[in-house]
Amino acid sequence: MDTTVATTGTEGQKWGGASKPLNVSYGKMMMWFFILSDALTFTGFLAAYGFSRFKFIEEWPIADEVFNHFPFLHGTDAPMFYVALMTFILIGSSVTMVLAVDAGHHMNKKKVSLYMLLTIIGGLIFVGSQAWEWKNFIAGEYGAVKTKGGKILQFLDVKTGERVALNEFVEVGPRDVDTYGNSEGIWYTTSGEYNATYTIEEVKKGFVDNPNVTIRTQQLVVNEETGASEKLVLSREDALVKLNKDAVGVVEGANLTENEYGAPLFADFFFFITGFHGFHVFSGVIFNLIIFFNVLLGTYEKRRSYEMVEKVGLYWHFVDLVWVFVFTFFYLV
Amino acid sequence: MADHAAHDGHKLAIFRGTLKFKSNTQKIWGVLIFLSLITIVEVALGYIKPDFLNAKVIGLKLLNWIFIILTLVKAYYITWDFMHMRDEASGLRRSVVWTSVFLIIYLMVILLVEGEYIYQVYKNAAVSFDF
Repeated sequence: MDTTVATTGTEGQKWGGASKPLNVSYGKMMMWFFILSDALTFTGFLAAYGFSRFKFIEEWPIADEVFNHFPFLHGTDAPMFYVALMTFILIGSSVTMVLAVDAGHHMNKKKVSLYMLLTIIGGLIFVGSQAWEWKNFIAGEYGAVKTKGGKILQFLDVKTGERVALNEFVEVGPRDVDTYGNSEGIWYTTSGEYNATYTIEEVKKGFVDNPNVTIRTQQLVVNEETGASEKLVLSREDALVKLNKDAVGVVEGANLTENEYGAPLFADFFFFITGFHGFHVFSGVIFNLIIFFNVLLGTYEKRRSYEMVEKVGLYWHFVDLVWVFVFTFFYLV
Repeated sequence: MADHAAHDGHKLAIFRGTLKFKSNTQKIWGVLIFLSLITIVEVALGYIKPDFLNAKVIGLKLLNWIFIILTLVKAYYITWDFMHMRDEASGLRRSVVWTSVFLIIYLMVILLVEGEYIYQVYKNAAVSFDF
């Protein structure tokens, strides 16, 4: 480390750098305290999520139903499997990172660069997976109807209890306005009415014409037999009354103001927390890349110390650590 | 290479000394296997959702308590073995871990209690919030 530290004239004195407080170098200690503060930022987000969830404890979306996609398995209900896979990818890249740190302690340049490369690849796969999750979440699957009170009504098959997508029972009627496409350059100003595939009147008509469809509200009720929380399913008669009295708009997919899964806050927190975490993974990949090139250039070989690998390693493990909590509180609990 | 001696001094035992590894690399793989097992158990429980785990214990379902405890176990091994907290001086360990644990519990308890209170206010309000 001698080559990296400037001479200050205070060598040998207690606070001049002769003794390391707490037995760690300055950089490593600061990385630990940065991680501490960053952990508290994430705590703030997750605590706010918990607050909102407790506030709307009887109407929060059920995560298994929202995140049930798996690549190449279209239409299969695969709750959380993809997120679990992402967890394994991130833990795996954490392992290659710690192996790189270990190889660094043995001054093994070849192994450090190999493991750093694997870590970076793992991180990139993870960020890509997160983008894919976002894509599915934003696109939505079934579509729903919004009420005056801002609640979401979803459609079900009366007999099987399976979800029914809007396109299975609603037909697009004539439009008396021209819809604008991307080429007109005003796509971002379109209101929900023009943007959505269906109008609320078309949904109402399709609902009346299809007696095998009913409505599920956001309300969670406890199933007396199993003790599990389930969404309240309305009878066909109640559903007709509810739809005609309360429904005001069609919701397809998710954005920051509304989403077809339920409470708008759910999507807000999803974007914010997984987005902030994804940004950490992304910046972690950048840091790892910089250190990786430094390893290749032999910078740490010259310094006779691979401590920089250890410092970015701490950051990388922290990103993994946060994901463990996000996984639990967003997808499992 | 002044640091070399200190780095070779990894503590190689986990589970309070019941499982000892021969080298740091072996310990890393051991911890990976342990973390993977926990994740598999979590996903399996989340998929099956056994009925008897729906019982409520202190405001939360038993299943959710299990998830939270397993998460804390995972967090412990990531911090202690991947981030080498096990090998750091106790002063550094305490200043990072105790501070965060205290502040996190503090914030969580306050916000969750407040959230539950607002839920009760909405629920018992004279005006319906689902109009």
